[in-house]
Amino acid sequence: MMKFERYEWLAITIMISLFIFVGFIQGWSVSLVILNMCIISAIMTMGVNISWGYAGVINFGVMGFLAMGGLAAVLVSYPPIAESWQAGGRGLGISFALFIVLVIAVIYINKTVIQKRNRYILNSLIIFFGILIIRHFYLNATHNIEDVNPAIAGFLGGLGLPIIFSWIVGGLFAAGVAFIIGKVALGLRSDYLAIVTLGISEIVVSVLKHEEWLSRGVKNVIGLKRPVPYEIDLQNADWFINLVTYLNSSKLNNIIDVSDRQQVLNNLIIDGSGIFVKLSYAILFLIVMLIIFYFANKAQLSPWGRMMRAIRDNETAANAMGKDVVKQHLIIFVIGAAIVGVAGAMLVTLDGLFTPSGYRPLRFTFIIWIMVIVGGSGNNLGAIFGGFVIWFSWIEAAPLTTFIINQLTVGLEPTNALKLHLLDSVPYFRYLFMGLILLLILRYRPKGIIPEKVRHS
Amino acid sequence: MIDFLNSIIVLLNFIIIPGISYGSQLALGALGVTFVYAILRFANFAHGEIMSFGAMITILFTWFFQSQNIGLGILPTALLALPVGIIATIILCIISDKFVFQYYRYQKSVPVVLAMVSIGVMFVINAIIRIIIGTETIKFSDGQKFIMKAKQFKVMTGFNEGLALKSSQVITIFITILLLTFTFWFLQKTKTGKSMRAFSDNEDLALLSGINPDRVVFTTWIIVGILACVAGSLYGLDKSYKPIIYLNLVLPIFASAIVGGIGSPFGAVVGGYVIAFSEIMVTYAYKKFFVYLLPSSIEPTGLVQLLSTDYKFAVSFSILVIVLLIRPSGIFKGRVL
Repeated sequence: MMKFERYEWLAITIMISLFIFVGFIQGWSVSLVILNMCIISAIMTMGVNISWGYAGVINFGVMGFLAMGGLAAVLVSYPPIAESWQAGGRGLGISFALFIVLVIAVIYINKTVIQKRNRYILNSLIIFFGILIIRHFYLNATHNIEDVNPAIAGFLGGLGLPIIFSWIVGGLFAAGVAFIIGKVALGLRSDYLAIVTLGISEIVVSVLKHEEWLSRGVKNVIGLKRPVPYEIDLQNADWFINLVTYLNSSKLNNIIDVSDRQQVLNNLIIDGSGIFVKLSYAILFLIVMLIIFYFANKAQLSPWGRMMRAIRDNETAANAMGKDVVKQHLIIFVIGAAIVGVAGAMLVTLDGLFTPSGYRPLRFTFIIWIMVIVGGSGNNLGAIFGGFVIWFSWIEAAPLTTFIINQLTVGLEPTNALKLHLLDSVPYFRYLFMGLILLLILRYRPKGIIPEKVRHS
Repeated sequence: MIDFLNSIIVLLNFIIIPGISYGSQLALGALGVTFVYAILRFANFAHGEIMSFGAMITILFTWFFQSQNIGLGILPTALLALPVGIIATIILCIISDKFVFQYYRYQKSVPVVLAMVSIGVMFVINAIIRIIIGTETIKFSDGQKFIMKAKQFKVMTGFNEGLALKSSQVITIFITILLLTFTFWFLQKTKTGKSMRAFSDNEDLALLSGINPDRVVFTTWIIVGILACVAGSLYGLDKSYKPIIYLNLVLPIFASAIVGGIGSPFGAVVGGYVIAFSEIMVTYAYKKFFVYLLPSSIEPTGLVQLLSTDYKFAVSFSILVIVLLIRPSGIFKGRVL
């Protein structure tokens, strides 16, 4: 079973006390908002950590897998739009079928034509003309779909199921994309792999941005259904009012005036409903995080995990011992991506909206990698810790910088140009912090804050 | 015949000239990445930000010169500020090497660790740029904007189609030729250049022959600084300066370097043009071109566009993936992956 060392308990205590601290200083609502994002970040970090920490497979495509998870959330939960299906469903079906025929044809050519030059010529010919034909059906269909009520619809919609299912579907979507990427790129050396995965994730995001029939593109999808109750419903529910009254009974009893008391109670209910919603999210996310954490740890300690470490530490030796390195690399890449995809679906669930243009590599790939490096690659608790600490400092960097700048420029007049300029650029200081944290960790603690445990057997 | 010439002018105006100028910017960037890769042996993710930094310093000094009423007449003032930008960029490169990269080089860290480190450097430079100059779009080209306007050309030659020539494009092409000639002359003819090539080819052997590695690395950063600053400034001059663009530019630059064959300077230049032309050619709507060439009975009705312009960036990665699949060492055999 999992047993934590003393410093690991210390790390857990630090994480919890950070939120309690923020809760008292900036309010519980802020604290819970940060906590929710921290948990999602921790799941993303675990996903990257599994492929990088266990097996040394680099994955810079985090952004793309997150976006696939987000797409899953839309496709699962949004109610289907019947008119769009009528307008373009058939055309899409035809072009999809044609695409499959094209793929089969290419595979067939690769199998039967032996001479390399002929194969290239045949392949490029058939792909060129195949795409021309498919485009004809496809563009007509998508055009029709996008014309259906463009202000509020203009896409196919989804299945109308509860959004919580999308967490699994998101994982599957990301795994599917990862499988294709892995098949293509996993043979490359690690820094090439980094560049290629980064590039492919950009392609994934640009497809989501511009294929409006699928994801509404830059017009965004808003108003996704929640897995938890809405604030407004809570505020009118008897049990919730009773709960708030009960929890604050001592405070309320001190107020004698009835209208004052009602006023205070109303405010408490409004605050409480917000906190209740965030708390329910936090509990749901925490359950997912703990499940993934449990299985990730279990896998790391299993013979399979041992094999992964062997492959990571000495690929040639592992190969010589009869381990299928290529296959295992693909497996672990797909698993890692699937976990990131789950996190992506959770992210969209939390926001309630899907904004493809919001996926930027700086925010969704590089920050996640900083989390992995800072937390400690190869250690799941480290990954969670990295996710928490980095997201926390990412959010709290702004207030901290404002404070520091105000302290440093306390002698200057409030209208001083330098001071105003610095205060204007407060949001950018977080990049500086992130870069410095990464550089310092890589220099002085290259294995991360909670390093991987060396296991002797 | 006149239709044929018109169609050629359409191609020149919308594909060839923009392609050459964008390709030159990519080629200079890719050359910088290649130098770092060949000598220091890591993929430098910070290269885009180094370019951006150079462009920023150039802009700041352009503003300074403009405020002092110093200019170059019809040429943009930025050309006067460019040397200052180059010096600042070189200093930035050398500082980042001294404080960051050197340690890992002495430790003989694996390339991936150095790539991670460069991500840290990228964040820091990114923050510095945004703190100093903000995130707004800045246009800093002054002087005469066009060498030839589309209308002038029409009046001059009597063709239906106009051919516009921006001065920033001509400057880009001119400076690129100059810089590339200098770089290749330096690599082939001078002693330092030869020692750099030797170092890139076989580090141990170079050390045995008495080549000073610190000197080679120092020279490399100087060249990288020059290339990055010029590429960044030219890109900013041609389009407009926007800090966020440069992070997106890193990927086409990497694609150019890899497509050409990473580690091979000539390959990087060719790769830059390949990527630029394919980005433009795949996303250009050829309708006008075919309208001139084909008889009106079989004129195309659609735009005749392979991919919509939204996928401009995706094209370069697709080419990258295809090249890696078919010919992993790039067009000009660079290092084997």
